[in-house]
Amino acid sequence: MRYRIERRPEPSALMRVAAPAIATLLTIIVGSVFFAVLGYDPLATLNAFFVEPVSSLNGLSELLLKASPLILIACGLAVGFRANVWNIGAEGQLIIGAIAACGVGLFYPDPESFLLLPLMLIAGAVAGMAWAAIPAFLRARMNTNEILVTLMLTYIATLLLSWLVHGPWRDPAGFNYPQTALLPGAAMFEPFDYSYRLNSSIFITVIAVVAMWLFADRSFLGYKLSVSGAAPLAARYAGFRESSAVWTGLLAGGAAAGLAGMAELSGPLGQLSPQISPGYGFAAIIVAFVGRLNAFGIVLGGLLLSLLFLGGEAVQMSLGLPSALTRIFQGILLFFLLAADFFIFYRLRRLAEHA
Amino acid sequence: MAAKRSEGVGRGRAQPWQRMSSTAAATPPRLAPLASLGSLVDPPLKGEGFAGRGAPLVRGQEEARTQPMTPRLELRNISKRYPGVLANDDISLAIMPGEIHAVLGENGAGKSTLMKIIYGAAQADSGEIYCDGKLIQDHNPAVSRALGVEMVYQHFALFESVTVAENIALCLRGPFDRRALSSRIVELSQRYGMPIDPARKVHELSVGERQRVEIVRCLLQNPKLLILDEPTSVLTPQAVSKLFETLRQLAAEGCSILYISHKLDEVQQLCDSATVLRNGRVTGTAKPKETTSLELARMMVGSNLPHMNVTPSNLSDGPVLEVRDLSAESRSHHGVNLRDVSFEVFGGEIVGIAGVSGNGQAELISLLSGERTHKRVEAIRIGGKDAGRLHANARRRLGMTFVPEERLGRGAVPSHTLWENALLTGNRAGLVRSGFVDRGRAVAFAKNIIERFGVKANGPEAAAQSLSGGNLQKYIVGREIVLAPKLLLVSQPTWGVDVGAAAFIRQTLVDLSRAGAAVLVVSEELDELFEICDRLLVICQGRVSPPLMRAETNREEVGLLMTRLGTATSEKSGLALQD
Amino acid sequence: MDLFVAIFTGTVIAATPLIFAALGELVVEKSGVLNLGIEGMMLVGAAFAFWAVVAGLPMPLAILAGALAGAAASLLFGVLALTFLTNQYAAGLALAIFGSGVSAFLGRNFGSEPIDGLKPLAIPLLSDIPVLGPLLFRYDPLVYLAILSFVAIAWFLSRTKGGLILRTIGESPEIAHAIGYPVVKIRYWAVLFGGLMAGLGGAYLSVAYTPLWVENMTAGKGWIALALVVFATWRAYRVLLGAWLFGGMTILQLQGQALGLAVPSELLSALPYLATIVVLVIISQNRQMLAEHFPASLAKPFRPTV
Repeated sequence: MRYRIERRPEPSALMRVAAPAIATLLTIIVGSVFFAVLGYDPLATLNAFFVEPVSSLNGLSELLLKASPLILIACGLAVGFRANVWNIGAEGQLIIGAIAACGVGLFYPDPESFLLLPLMLIAGAVAGMAWAAIPAFLRARMNTNEILVTLMLTYIATLLLSWLVHGPWRDPAGFNYPQTALLPGAAMFEPFDYSYRLNSSIFITVIAVVAMWLFADRSFLGYKLSVSGAAPLAARYAGFRESSAVWTGLLAGGAAAGLAGMAELSGPLGQLSPQISPGYGFAAIIVAFVGRLNAFGIVLGGLLLSLLFLGGEAVQMSLGLPSALTRIFQGILLFFLLAADFFIFYRLRRLAEHA
Repeated sequence: MAAKRSEGVGRGRAQPWQRMSSTAAATPPRLAPLASLGSLVDPPLKGEGFAGRGAPLVRGQEEARTQPMTPRLELRNISKRYPGVLANDDISLAIMPGEIHAVLGENGAGKSTLMKIIYGAAQADSGEIYCDGKLIQDHNPAVSRALGVEMVYQHFALFESVTVAENIALCLRGPFDRRALSSRIVELSQRYGMPIDPARKVHELSVGERQRVEIVRCLLQNPKLLILDEPTSVLTPQAVSKLFETLRQLAAEGCSILYISHKLDEVQQLCDSATVLRNGRVTGTAKPKETTSLELARMMVGSNLPHMNVTPSNLSDGPVLEVRDLSAESRSHHGVNLRDVSFEVFGGEIVGIAGVSGNGQAELISLLSGERTHKRVEAIRIGGKDAGRLHANARRRLGMTFVPEERLGRGAVPSHTLWENALLTGNRAGLVRSGFVDRGRAVAFAKNIIERFGVKANGPEAAAQSLSGGNLQKYIVGREIVLAPKLLLVSQPTWGVDVGAAAFIRQTLVDLSRAGAAVLVVSEELDELFEICDRLLVICQGRVSPPLMRAETNREEVGLLMTRLGTATSEKSGLALQD
Repeated sequence: MDLFVAIFTGTVIAATPLIFAALGELVVEKSGVLNLGIEGMMLVGAAFAFWAVVAGLPMPLAILAGALAGAAASLLFGVLALTFLTNQYAAGLALAIFGSGVSAFLGRNFGSEPIDGLKPLAIPLLSDIPVLGPLLFRYDPLVYLAILSFVAIAWFLSRTKGGLILRTIGESPEIAHAIGYPVVKIRYWAVLFGGLMAGLGGAYLSVAYTPLWVENMTAGKGWIALALVVFATWRAYRVLLGAWLFGGMTILQLQGQALGLAVPSELLSALPYLATIVVLVIISQNRQMLAEHFPASLAKPFRPTV
């Protein structure tokens, strides 16, 4: 029996929807094999990884708490990815957003002011955008590859954060820990219930998802960006400026990441420390892909990746497995998803035997 | 002969003279010119190349001596299906040694697919190929070359960034001895009147020179069968007759030639026999020299030959497009610089730009369309307004529209639907309201184009890449015409388009101009330009000739301009070498 | 004088992992494939080599283990990019994330103790030459291997038919396929070679340079290697120069910290990343130079139609 891979005449709509599900399933299968090889009962471990973390109200709160920045950033990144603008430095933009917001929170003259939180919000978004504006300018005007620049800027942002919390911004009353003082209450998002950490910053994400949907699916600007991404020569032919795609794509990602950084700071963290993000900026790239660069897909992708983070933490505590498992699963999930995508455009066909 | 080769392999390596003598046995006239090449010619069977690939490539009877009547190549019942099309349907044909055989057919008739199958670059779904009476199995290009089958591709298979000698070395077996190979190239290319410099990089060569490289590359393999795919589509009339001389010389030496073309006159001039294809099937065989053009055309096109209706033009008062002393460096690494280009196009007329591709057409058209801007605003004027610095979008606002030569990826986004592609340039026709896309209107807009221009497509939701080349071209031409342009730029309007659609597109352009629009057509096809244009410009190495009135010029004059125009000041000697 | 020797030898040593990784990537990119996952492959190589040393394998085998682990990781990318025609950016990113996860997982029990690392090898006689001896002939064997691989790769790319084939596949896989070269197969080999070299670079970090295990110890060296290939405008000798430049930057920055400059150490540590950006910007201005040796089909999926 011979098979041949051939291009489908039309991309398969079914596979487009099914691919993420198939990829998730395969990831779980590989995961259980992996656990079995390590000598753990696969079912129990899977249960500990994927089910237990979300089987309590607190677990669900944590799921949404972690999904929120992932979804928010992924929405911003997807704008760029649709235009083939590869911002992979959202982690850095998140850090800078958090730093700027923290600066406002710490040094605003009136710590009781109701303006504090909105100002921090703006500071976070603007700082994220400013950090992303560097690669945007360099790509649009100086022809410099944005992948490398965004990434290098992430390392620089990390070092900047480290310097601030070890040096000038370190809390004098903090027992020499590398962290700032706690932010005043007016700088914090209100939790829905003080037993859980989930807070009102999730509305930012909800707004971002709706905006992303309107932008990508309905607006002419979104259409222009998708043309730039799918066929740059067609964009030039139609007179859509490449530089505007670059700017829009990077600034959207920067703003979203900066906001996410601010929301982390004013949400669960309350102070700046080197551990501002467990890699949300990178994981959001996977969320954007798993979600097919589509607003509602991103919501599902964000929940899935959030679950991976929770599961990683859970097995670290219950089984003593390192949380690096999360990154392994993220990688595997993306591998399978990309491979499954192939079958949107191609199919296997059985060949008639010929003499 | 093939069995003889196998023996040679069995002993470890076949000596060049063995192959020579066996070729000579079958076709004596071949010996004289090529025997002296003995040591120069790389034996295709040398070393591991043949035996090392394992599988027995040639199977068949033990009889070593080729009977005179065994075809050099025989196809039996070849069929090939691509998703959605039956490209080749039960095709059979045979070519004798020393014969020049045409495969004649319109664009899309399945010629190129058939050639790829013969050469092994594509696999047939069913059917058999025999070379000198032996069935070819596990076909691929390396097998073809081992059998002495060589192919000159329509769009040349040459790497731009490396030298002529390196390009040729890539097709030869064994290590690369630059010096020895270079002298072989020089010797062989001179013998056939096609001088080339082996040390030059391909991107420095003119199209004609590139073709010579391709042919010399094939000749170095000492081919028994040479396949040429539309070899004249990029040549000037003068270069074509030069090429034909070379091909006749080769055939006289015993090399079979398979000549793929859609040009009747060329086939009638050159070929001994012809197989005509239409829609993937053989519709007839003929001796072209004894058959009338009309008969051949009927076989090719079917019943009704399209007829053009060109009325006299009625010019506008002032020019719609003015180009003044336009000079520009090429942006691509291997491009051509434009020098002092000046011309104008009036409303009501069609102006054609003739020339061998790669002479600055791409640079000129992207400057005119606004895909590239020019710092001198007054170098390009559209509708009386300075437009040099305007981007494509702003020029469209002045009433320009544009049909580019690349349909997929430039004129249309391949993965987008037709209605989404309508937005690409149709967005100014009320399809976008306060920043949001009006889907209903966009779909209606697309539907209108599909109906009015007879586009065969699965409705406005069909992806652009699912359409055939001709239908997508009709859609793009339709989209640009529905926008009611004052100026339409068209590049290669009928490339790869079947004959019916081509005629329709040409007629549409004529009608548009007669309704008052200025139309500028860039094309490689002289026939096409002579059919529809009122005035002709010739572009050569970045320079544009003064206008010629269509009624007062002829192919020869245009052909000469196509080769001579830039040579006086050019570093690229181009085709002038051989004239 | 001692300071100069320290800076010079330090530069050569610090450049070594970059040379391995960037030369590997050069070969991959020359074939028209863009593998962004160098960071992941280096980390996997570092972790496996370290693990092999801890497990008691002799040093050469441990280094080989690191190299092979890098190659195995690159195979994941290869299958996605070459067989499944995935977007190469995304596949490379997946590999970078996956590799960092795998290495961290593997390294969970390594502890923070240094191992008995790869020893410098004083070349007899030559190393005793005054001045030149300490400058040139007292490195560990991998430093010499890096230089040797540079010579071999430069020679292969510019002087051999194999190199010609690789380069032309990078220019136009369609043409290479049409004249009968097995494009996908050759690209697989290139990708595997790139993985092998990245693995070597990672192994060098964990068993020779530091030699201890730190999670994410490459700290962006894989990405810098990627930038080096652009900086080198796809020419081997410039990869070598670039690697030394960055090696020098790293050492100067360390020396600066050691000398107790009044600048915060974090800001000094940021210098190599900043320098990468600056260098990229400068090189990107020269489009002509970028275009000249650029593999025209870079990152474009290719599938032969048969």
